[in-house]
Amino acid sequence: MTDDWKTYKPLLLPDLPGLTDIETYEKYEGYHALKTVLDNPDTWSPEEVVLQVKDANIRGRGGAGFNAGLKWSFMPPPDGKPRYLACNGDESEPGTFKDRKIFEFNPHLFIEGAIIAAYAIRAEQIYVYIRGEYRAWVRILQKAVDQAYQKGYLGKNILGADFNADMTLHMGAGAYICGEESSLMESLEGKRGYPRVKPPFPAQRGLWGRPTTINNIETLANVPLVIRNGSEWYRRIGAETHPGPILYGISGHINKPGVYEYPSGMSVHTLIHEVAGGIRKGKKLKALIPGGSSTPPLRADVLDGLTMDSDSLRKAGSMMGTAGMVILDEDTDMVDVVWRISHFYHHESCGQCTPCREGTGWLEKTLRKIRNGDGEMRDLDLLLAICNRMEGRTICALADAAAWPVRYSIERFRDEFEAKCKQTVYALS
Amino acid sequence: MAESFSFDGKDLEVIRKILSRYPHKEAAILPVLWYAQDKFGHTSPDVQHLVARTLDVPEAHIHGVVSFYTQFYEKPMGRHVLDVCTCLSCQVCGGYDMLSYIEDKLGIRAGETTPDGQFSLQSVECLGACGYAPMLQVTNKQYVNHLTPEKIDRLIDDLKAGIEPSFESMPPKQHEKDNRLS
Ligand SMILES: Cc1cc2nc3c(=O)[nH]c(=O)nc-3n(C[C@H](O)[C@H](O)[C@H](O)COP(=O)(O)O)c2cc1C
Ligand code: SF4
Ligand code: FES
Repeated sequence: MTDDWKTYKPLLLPDLPGLTDIETYEKYEGYHALKTVLDNPDTWSPEEVVLQVKDANIRGRGGAGFNAGLKWSFMPPPDGKPRYLACNGDESEPGTFKDRKIFEFNPHLFIEGAIIAAYAIRAEQIYVYIRGEYRAWVRILQKAVDQAYQKGYLGKNILGADFNADMTLHMGAGAYICGEESSLMESLEGKRGYPRVKPPFPAQRGLWGRPTTINNIETLANVPLVIRNGSEWYRRIGAETHPGPILYGISGHINKPGVYEYPSGMSVHTLIHEVAGGIRKGKKLKALIPGGSSTPPLRADVLDGLTMDSDSLRKAGSMMGTAGMVILDEDTDMVDVVWRISHFYHHESCGQCTPCREGTGWLEKTLRKIRNGDGEMRDLDLLLAICNRMEGRTICALADAAAWPVRYSIERFRDEFEAKCKQTVYALS
Repeated sequence: MAESFSFDGKDLEVIRKILSRYPHKEAAILPVLWYAQDKFGHTSPDVQHLVARTLDVPEAHIHGVVSFYTQFYEKPMGRHVLDVCTCLSCQVCGGYDMLSYIEDKLGIRAGETTPDGQFSLQSVECLGACGYAPMLQVTNKQYVNHLTPEKIDRLIDDLKAGIEPSFESMPPKQHEKDNRLS
């Protein structure tokens, strides 16, 4: 990667004040993509929108990186009964704080993208599930939604076309698991957020048993860009297999933490040392958690040449996740960090599956013991054995998300874990 | 004497509007619980009973929902609830130090309420403000970012004086003047 990033002009969060106001947004081509589609139904049939978005290869920004257009294509043909789009603004993966930037600084881009998505999948009801803590951002988004209704971008016969869409904001109430798509649907239906067994997938049986597509907020904000400029243009941004702009949320021991928008495939070193001003207090880097708490931590010595896209991160032994990068300096106690991550997953496990309910508890308990100086070497084997019994054996991916950071931290920072265990036993006797 | 809770005509109007957004009334449970908690300060069993009756759904179901979600207060809390994030990014940026500072200052531990009923303190999971760590949220409302002991002192004085913190906007970093590249 060259210095291209220095001249990059943000597309999702452009440096234009006042975009929350619909008239300002309209001035900068806002809602043009939606108009283009609805005014030219022959060129832009729902199928064509799906094809273009699929061809653009917008990889889901909620964590799994699935091609958005491909997901839309799984929706069955309409049968005259309701279909739904659910927008995932639960944003609860530790290290992640980017969707709120879209709500606050460019809400109409998301709304426009969601309306186009609803058109493409032939859904007339859009629900936006937003974590309950984001009440301030729900307010901002609600204002934007009201404006979109007033201007006729939402409601009946949008822009005179034979297409209706309603958008309803729905607040969660403090449960990380509700970001998991099937739990989100349960929660929206007014229940405890227990993930559903899959299959059936949401496209077959989603909200109220009807076909439903779930996309992340940032994913949907990319959609108008594709319609405005074409899929080929979009695919030229950033990394070949994971194209487009990315909201990098950078936190931890870093001089200038915050959310930055750059193309995918940015060099990790550039992001850390140039974009975000380097490690705090002139310290050295010890580890990077590249995409939220569930993505395996990487040692500083494997970061050379590493870029922020799923291929590069997978090769290095981690994942892109939400691109919420947590920077850990040389003084970080990895055992303490991994214990706190385990505490999180234990707290957030919904308790439906035994391996997850019991496993997250055991991971936390064992890590706390090691952290507190009561650990023994065989506890490390115990931790890995618990991970083995959790991964791939549960209804949803929370159990995997809980196991990975533990497994890979022990693998990659074993000396620190061992030091803690050894120190203990002898100190006690 | 047990307090009694009820919705007035205006409340029922709001609830009717909420119901109109969904194909099934159960979907209105979370929004109506939020509405009730805003009005009464909690969703204790009496409030759950009211919500169950208003929406005509079993009370046991409402109770199951309330107990699943951490933001619903099953019993009355202090006038101000300080939710200090101690999760990943906040942890490594001093979240626990801020928590103990507040514990010492208020003379209570996380999970407790001051005897005068002014403050409840909780240690909570990631609030989606990781770049602004350490941080806390006040009573399910505003975020207070980049905490320091001084900032906490001011916040607590303000809250005692009835001044709620205002919304702190955190613009994308690259738009800040000293970060602008052209
Ligand atoms: C435990 C768990 C928590 C999740 N939390 C979120 C979340 O907060 N926001 C989100 O967009 N996706 C979250 N996801 C991913 C969703 O299940 C789903 O894949 C995503 O919303 C799909 O949107 P996308 O394809 O546009 O990324 C979570 C997944 C799991 C397993
Ligand atoms: S894996 Fe964990 S969080 Fe997911 S359904 Fe099972 S118990 Fe619940
Ligand atoms: S870790 Fe504290 S806000 Fe995310």
